[in-house]
Amino acid sequence: MTSLLKRKRARVDALAESAGTSLAADAVKRMLRSPVALLGAFLVLLFLVLAIVAPFIAPKDPYQRYPELLAELRPDFIPGAQPGFLLGGDELGRDFFSRLLVGAQQSLVVGVGATLIGLVLGMIIGGLAGAFGGWVDSWLMRFTDIMLSIPSLLLAISIAALASRGSQTTVIIAVAVTTVPIFARLLRGAMLAQRHSDHVLAATALGVRRRTVVFRHMLPNSLGPVIVQATLTLATAIIEAASLSFLGLGDPDPSRAEWGLMLGNSQRYIDVKPELAFYPAVAIIIVALGFTLLGESLREALDPKNRR
Amino acid sequence: MLRFIVRRLLQAIPTLLILSLLVFVWLRSLPGGPSGALLGDKATPEKIEALNKVLGLDQPIYIQYFKFLGRILSGDFGSSLISGEPVVAEIGRALPATIELSLAALLFAVVLGIPLGYLAASHRGRFLDNSTVIGTLVGVAVPVFFLGILLKQLFAQDLALFPPSGRQDVTIDPTHVTNFAVLDGLLTQEWDAAADALWHLVLPAVALGTIPLAVIVRITRASVLDVLNEDFVRTANAKGLQAQLIRRRHVLRNAMLPVSTTIGLQTGLLLGGAVLTERVFVWGGLGSLLAQGIERRDYPRLQALLLLAAVVYVLVNLLVDISYAIIDPRVRAS
Repeated sequence: MTSLLKRKRARVDALAESAGTSLAADAVKRMLRSPVALLGAFLVLLFLVLAIVAPFIAPKDPYQRYPELLAELRPDFIPGAQPGFLLGGDELGRDFFSRLLVGAQQSLVVGVGATLIGLVLGMIIGGLAGAFGGWVDSWLMRFTDIMLSIPSLLLAISIAALASRGSQTTVIIAVAVTTVPIFARLLRGAMLAQRHSDHVLAATALGVRRRTVVFRHMLPNSLGPVIVQATLTLATAIIEAASLSFLGLGDPDPSRAEWGLMLGNSQRYIDVKPELAFYPAVAIIIVALGFTLLGESLREALDPKNRR
Repeated sequence: MLRFIVRRLLQAIPTLLILSLLVFVWLRSLPGGPSGALLGDKATPEKIEALNKVLGLDQPIYIQYFKFLGRILSGDFGSSLISGEPVVAEIGRALPATIELSLAALLFAVVLGIPLGYLAASHRGRFLDNSTVIGTLVGVAVPVFFLGILLKQLFAQDLALFPPSGRQDVTIDPTHVTNFAVLDGLLTQEWDAAADALWHLVLPAVALGTIPLAVIVRITRASVLDVLNEDFVRTANAKGLQAQLIRRRHVLRNAMLPVSTTIGLQTGLLLGGAVLTERVFVWGGLGSLLAQGIERRDYPRLQALLLLAAVVYVLVNLLVDISYAIIDPRVRAS
């Protein structure tokens, strides 16, 4: 009997405790307890740090072709690990390890750049639709529906193909555009769901200006799913950018250290030195996995259903 | 039911119209416009102007658009800049290869994905469930083309279990009926040709199907978990219905709604992924046409492919909606 009472009391206490904290604080607490979230955060953090310090810690110049590697280079042999070259050379006698490191920076720039641009554009469209509703909403959503009706990689391909010469910027723009409709729809949906919620009705009834209602009440309460989506989008953006490079739509400069490009180029040498394809791919997978884990656990942590 | 289908068909028309407008604008935003793209390196302002006249690009923009629309509706997408052949003929030849590959990949994903998702959900929190969830997370993070390269290296090169590329062995001389290699073999009763085509299909289909598989497993699992918590399942249990009956009639049927949407949404992934997979396995379908078109900036071809992909996508979504209406009578009414 006493144990039952204790259990009941514990539950009530927990409820009271959570009532005193904000959803965000609660979510952070839950994230810190989840091993999946911690692993995701660790992978993302590792990637961020490596990407930022890559040029400073790379042991060699990633663009330089080293005579000691070139000397050994033959059509059926690419030098492996040796003193000074941790992972040996690549197909052109450059330091493979340094190129991998610098590749992290490229992926970060493309991933973050594309996601940010997509996020801002999507939030403007979704915010307008959610704030005004009515015909503004239906026209903007028709527009996003059409963008969604083109498969994202094909859309990215056709945008990147518009540029007569590929470049990092066209890749960023191409990937960014494909993410716009997703962000727009998400924010719009979350905001529309609040139009008739009590706190918005109360604010409107009190005579608060519409702009204030939108920016102070509706927008902040709608950001959760958008933040989750942005984290997940970082993963797909990096993969999609790598796919564009793989198809030859990225920067045409073959010396560029970019994981997708390295992977594409190494396909011809896969019998000679499979690591050349393997390591960039593993790097992409780890980074994408990190962002996915972080995003998924964020989604779970922010879900009020899991609040206890 | 028929009224529902007709209504959804009519709703698709404005989407397709605006889409055609977008493709029209896309072509015109090329550096130098379509004429510049056609002329390529040889473009001079005079030549562009002359070609503009020939192509009718000096006419008012809305007339151009209606003419463009008319040409598209009559199936005229112009000729490829690479082969000089009508784009429609090129696509017609390559389309079966891509459909065959995509269907095989989708089949792989659905047949494996739904049972796996269901199993994971019914073993919630246990080893089987946890490893499935981890597997799906990793599966989504693997780039399609790398998976293709990996499978090819492992199973075709090292173990020599499967052919590394192509749709059929060169030594086999099959009769072409539909250009669907497997189907042709079955139709003409050339069993070895069909088996060989099937054999070639395995690796590309697995590579292309892995991401859809991961997505389908996750959605099935989540959806089954949701339904298991529903009141009607508890009621069914309480009134003593057989477990098997509950599973089939109540749980699976209701859980299939989000799953069928997800399967429809995979078409986009499949079409995009096919481009990459075909590149790795030298498949010779639409993806190869597209990749080659990108390299040479063959705009008529790209334009047709883009429009085709969108139309397929819209149609598949329509099919999904119809399947929704079949599974759930409530949808028909609304």
